[in-house]
Amino acid sequence: MAKDARVQVETAPRSDGAGKLTAHARYRPILLQVFQGVVGLGIFFLLWYLLVDCFGVWRFKQLPHLVSSVREFLSRNPTYGVSLFTAEYYRHLWASIQRVAIAFVTAVTCGTSLGIALAWNRWFRAAVFPLLELARPIPILAWIPLVITLSPSRPASVIILTFLAAFFITTLNTMLGVRSIDEVYFRAARSLGFSDFAILRHIVIPGALPHIFVGLQIAMAACWFSLVASEIVAGTAGLGYKVWEAYYYVQFDTMTIMMATLGLCGYLSSMLVRRIGKALMSWREEMLGGLS
Amino acid sequence: MQGALSIRGARKVYDAKTAKVVALDSIDLDIAAGEFCAVVGPSGCGKTTLLNAIAGFDTLSRGDITLDGQSLASANASAPPDASRIVVFQNGALFPWRTVLWNVACGPIMQRRLTAVQANQQAMELLARVGLQDSANKFPGELSGGQRRRVEIVRALINEPKVLLLDEPFRALDALTKSVMQEYLIELLTYVPKTVFFITHDLEEAIFLGDKVVVFSSRPARIRQSVTIDIPKPRRHEILTSPRFLEIKAMLSGAIHEEALRAFTVGERELA
Repeated sequence: MAKDARVQVETAPRSDGAGKLTAHARYRPILLQVFQGVVGLGIFFLLWYLLVDCFGVWRFKQLPHLVSSVREFLSRNPTYGVSLFTAEYYRHLWASIQRVAIAFVTAVTCGTSLGIALAWNRWFRAAVFPLLELARPIPILAWIPLVITLSPSRPASVIILTFLAAFFITTLNTMLGVRSIDEVYFRAARSLGFSDFAILRHIVIPGALPHIFVGLQIAMAACWFSLVASEIVAGTAGLGYKVWEAYYYVQFDTMTIMMATLGLCGYLSSMLVRRIGKALMSWREEMLGGLS
Repeated sequence: MQGALSIRGARKVYDAKTAKVVALDSIDLDIAAGEFCAVVGPSGCGKTTLLNAIAGFDTLSRGDITLDGQSLASANASAPPDASRIVVFQNGALFPWRTVLWNVACGPIMQRRLTAVQANQQAMELLARVGLQDSANKFPGELSGGQRRRVEIVRALINEPKVLLLDEPFRALDALTKSVMQEYLIELLTYVPKTVFFITHDLEEAIFLGDKVVVFSSRPARIRQSVTIDIPKPRRHEILTSPRFLEIKAMLSGAIHEEALRAFTVGERELA
């Protein structure tokens, strides 16, 4: 998945492809969208139920049952000790959320600053960009041993690995975003008497924001990916750690619960990033609305 | 009134990979304070190169440009861009992520010439003058092409530039919008007179707006013809069919056609 994410970085829209999709989606009635989503989910759960619970077709019979997983998830007294009503569940959830939050915020801060610096200064770019391009393609799984060796503690190594995944994506997208800004805006700003700082604040940052947010969405997904990978290897708690532990002790229902929770966390965090982006870039919505 | 622009022996050579390209060659041009100078010439002849040198975006290889006696550009050196000469760009350069009002008011605020309150007030007055007071809080993307051009001209004027540099500002507009825009420009310049350097492809537009029309030759650009337009101002669109207008047009169109044809045969493209 991390590999996919990288491919997407490089094909990030140069102008405003992403915005067009949202503008289009705006005119579809919400209820219809919800209904279509429910139908899709329903088919998935029905297939699960039929293939695993009812008929146990082929190797599907090894998998956790839908009914028992749901029952376990909602039970006040779960067989394997993890459900919506246990402190154990929230301990792992909180551990993972905390790590992603710290890693993501740090990656965004460092990545956007470095990206702007790379785009702004030719000398800096010439010196740093080759290094970045060498480090970026190394899959996050390959970083794990090095980072564990380097980290003071295991939880710290998980955070650092999660940070790395988001950092490269944010840096590259920010740099591309700044470099995609039309030269004419810089010329106009210079004529109008903007200082360097004003150009940074009023031209560079808002101009690069569409690209930056495309990067942030991908970075958020990459964060969850590398969080789970590194929790499995180096974790002592967390959703990814628990998925692997449950598999190890053949507590398949717990495994399903943790996977579903990861899915939900990923979905909600991406939505949060998208919402913030939309709020910060209302000018694009207006522009696209005006044209269509 | 300020804003006397003087160009002496301007020459610009681009060092392209294959060969040296001479964009401008020995251009001598004087534009008096408050004069409207329209420059016509074939595509890619070097009109924008000259404008960039005046604005401070580019340097000259030889020659001098002065504004009210102060040097703007000499060989391989130029004064950095500032609010004394503001450009209205061919494809528009309103900041799409800021509101119309912000776009107009930002210049004087950034130059610390006015407070935010004063700048906003002045911006609103100017916007009202071009009928856009209700669009002040919209984003540029919500406006039509003609409205955006008006905002952009107003954004230039609020900075009280000594020279207004317009690079084919009405090129992308349809003929009707274009004629309305020309009248807005005339009205604004009556209200705040400025020295204007106006680049266009359109000979009628040049004669209609200009105090002086200068015809550039195809590359390397030299001044092929320079004509003072003696039709009294303020002009209205009725004069487009007046005998004097047609006479001037006939006088200039031969030269322009010849240069356009020459540019066409050598296959000139836009340089910068």
